[in-house]
Amino acid sequence: MGLTVAEKILARAADKNTVRPGDIIEPAVDLAMSHENAALVINQFFEVYSGTGLQPKVWDPARIAIIFDHRVPAESSKTANNQKKIREFVKEQGIGKFHEIRGDVGGICHQILPEYGYVRPGYMVLGTDSHTTSHGALGAFAMGIGATEMASVWSLGTILNLEVPGTIKILVNGTLQPAVYAKDIILNIIGNLTANGATFKVLEYHGSVIREMSVSGRLTISNMSVEAGATAGIVPADDTTIRYLRDVAGVTDEIEPVSADENAVYEKTVEIDVSALTPQIACPHTVDNVKPVSDVEGMELNQIVIGSCTNGRLEDLEIAAKILKGKSVADNVRMLVFPASARIYNEALKKGYLSDLSASGAVIMNPGCGCCLGVHQGALADGETALATTNRNFKGRMGNPNADVYLCSPATAAASAITGKITDPRHERI
Amino acid sequence: MAKVILKLGDDISTDTIYPGRFMATVLPTETPAFAFADYKEFNKNLNDKKFTPGSIIIGGNNFGCGSSREQAASCLKGHELVIIAKSFARIFLQNAVNLGLKTITAPDIEAHENDELVIDEAKIFNRSSGKTYKTIPLSGTRQAVMDAGGLIRYTRKRLLKTNART
Ligand code: SF4
Repeated sequence: MGLTVAEKILARAADKNTVRPGDIIEPAVDLAMSHENAALVINQFFEVYSGTGLQPKVWDPARIAIIFDHRVPAESSKTANNQKKIREFVKEQGIGKFHEIRGDVGGICHQILPEYGYVRPGYMVLGTDSHTTSHGALGAFAMGIGATEMASVWSLGTILNLEVPGTIKILVNGTLQPAVYAKDIILNIIGNLTANGATFKVLEYHGSVIREMSVSGRLTISNMSVEAGATAGIVPADDTTIRYLRDVAGVTDEIEPVSADENAVYEKTVEIDVSALTPQIACPHTVDNVKPVSDVEGMELNQIVIGSCTNGRLEDLEIAAKILKGKSVADNVRMLVFPASARIYNEALKKGYLSDLSASGAVIMNPGCGCCLGVHQGALADGETALATTNRNFKGRMGNPNADVYLCSPATAAASAITGKITDPRHERI
Repeated sequence: MAKVILKLGDDISTDTIYPGRFMATVLPTETPAFAFADYKEFNKNLNDKKFTPGSIIIGGNNFGCGSSREQAASCLKGHELVIIAKSFARIFLQNAVNLGLKTITAPDIEAHENDELVIDEAKIFNRSSGKTYKTIPLSGTRQAVMDAGGLIRYTRKRLLKTNART
């Protein structure tokens, strides 16, 4: 029987000829990523070694990536102390892929990993962040884990007792209408699957729309796969993947795409024709509460956020800048833009996107997670409403359980910034 | 026998269990203070030790969805709570197992605050309603990690074994 992409990657990593859903395996890890929560991983890592008489040593410092992004620059002495502890550990253990708070190499972990070629097709990637599913966009098996699990991985180089998940095939065909993007597609998919419709499953994306999509769009899709509960969200690698890794990430060594077997066994296949898809929006307080934007048009807004590991890439900033160029952000809203990485920030600066956005009234913030998780900047007041290109709208997500968060594409966010109300981007010329 | 101290609906996210603004606090010894911090009265009762260890939180489907933050499991473990839900989100369930937080999947569970439940091997008896609900056991490997007292001890054993071999 044939194998899906996830099964092939896991079989290879576990040194087996084949695996089946439900098998318990111990795959070797190609890349282990953490951010500020490395502070907790370090604590648990030392706990593992405590009383063993062994010198705490990570299994392979070259395969560990640590990226500061969640609270940059530090918002409190507590965070600053965590970051200091991590820096010391990085030095002590010789960790190779470390990204500091910097204007040249900094950024959100889920942008840095692709941008620097740290993830390759066929890799087994683990990260102490639920949106680690993002890296499936490059044809890798990538999933989020907790800090103690990561401490175990740092000690052993494998993940213990992994149950091979079954795979759901998602076929996306049709022709996208103007003002409809990858974000609208994945919101629609999550709305259909529901928030736990893919729990313990892998989503494997196929179809002409996915094949024609840029890596940036694919990252948006894989990123949000976890919002349907998925363990991983994989876009099998193709020429677009290879071109990205060569041209953008500067990878020079061999790249080996993994594709599913013809006779691979899927738990089910979900087919979507996007030809009639309109701009979508996730309404409070769950990501699967998805509606067409036109259903909630006119809702008054207080804050608009463009950025995050979902939609803070160059293409996203370009769309927003095109819509807002020469226009003005409405008086009743604050618009915050945080590019996903320093490199994107600098490219957007050169291309003039940032000055167009700034001139329209948007505040350009430093690259990082910004207000996405509600701990650092851009908290909401009681009773306020935000429209964001981020990936979560749970109660309290933007720092206040008494506020509402809606999720949409950069085009919808930018069009809404002009009116100060939720606005269908099809009214704008893009 | 243990008492239900909080009853929740579907899709309770880690932002609700352990709000993001407390995420700079990471140590399992310090996180319990912020469990359900936005449920002010409940949080205060927890911190004032109003509930006995083994007290129960009832969740609906997809309990613990969202972020991978382990604080959401460690803060509940610190109060020695038991979580019964119709289903759990993957990362939360694994974090709970890794930290030794007791979780029980009971797809049809119905219980209200202050109900008294008797938890058995394969079922839960609600003394207040007189009804019995079946439970789905943890997988063998997850149970093995629980039995070892969590993933730290489980990994430590493996580490010593591997090192003895080389
Ligand atoms: S941008 Fe938001 S979702 Fe993405 S890694 Fe940062 S906090 Fe998480």
